[in-house]
Amino acid sequence: MTKSASTRFAENRLRSRTAAKAATSEAWYMRVTSIALIPLSIGFVWLILCLIGKDYAAARALLGQPIPAILMLLFLLAGIVHMKIGMQSIIEDYVHTGHLKEGALIGNLFFSILVGVACAYAVLKLSFT
Amino acid sequence: MAGVDLYQGSAGQHRPLSPHLQIYRPLFTMMMSIAHRITGAALYGGTLLLVWYLVAAASGPSAFATAAWFLHSLIGQLILLGFTWALFHHLLGGVRHMIWDAGYGFAHPVREWLAQATLIGGLLLTAIVWGLAYFIL
Repeated sequence: MTKSASTRFAENRLRSRTAAKAATSEAWYMRVTSIALIPLSIGFVWLILCLIGKDYAAARALLGQPIPAILMLLFLLAGIVHMKIGMQSIIEDYVHTGHLKEGALIGNLFFSILVGVACAYAVLKLSFT
Repeated sequence: MAGVDLYQGSAGQHRPLSPHLQIYRPLFTMMMSIAHRITGAALYGGTLLLVWYLVAAASGPSAFATAAWFLHSLIGQLILLGFTWALFHHLLGGVRHMIWDAGYGFAHPVREWLAQATLIGGLLLTAIVWGLAYFIL
């Protein structure tokens, strides 16, 4: 099957933006994380299903096991990068006023890092205590 | 460029913008594109629930009990149901984007089928997971 004109246009445009390295690498990371998130999301949903009905001790024990903890950390890493880039593109599309846009972009970065660090800390604490 | 608003021009005059959503007749594929973005934004906010659950589990029994109580409440269950659907809808929408990135699925009947498959698949996977949660596990 031959590629459509619009695809060729999009590909050329992406290649021609290699000078704008940030935009290119963000488009690339968006795609890489979405591939990673297919198996990781399925694993995440499976883990949540396993947590249903578990009391405090049982939930702690499960989350602290190596495979669930590694799965959670990978899901968090890919998910946080993915959601940060996604929200950034929403902001860039809809927020056009100088300081509001800057504030939203900074807020997005802070929120994403906060969520990532808080979850990762919790998973590591459950694993090593 | 400091202080210059690119969308207004330095003199503040209105520049022509490309037509936005309200100009177009709503199409199914367009609605699915919007739904992809909305579910993405919802999942973004929904991560706070994950933070709450994990930090509560790491904090102690009483914090965990509060989080578990909320998640088992009607509002908690509705949020979790919405989160499950948003996750699967966005996941399948992402697969659709991968097919497009590979250069396929743009032609008229195929793009409609892909959009329908995303919608139905997302609802179906949500039903399966909640069926597992309520009736099997």
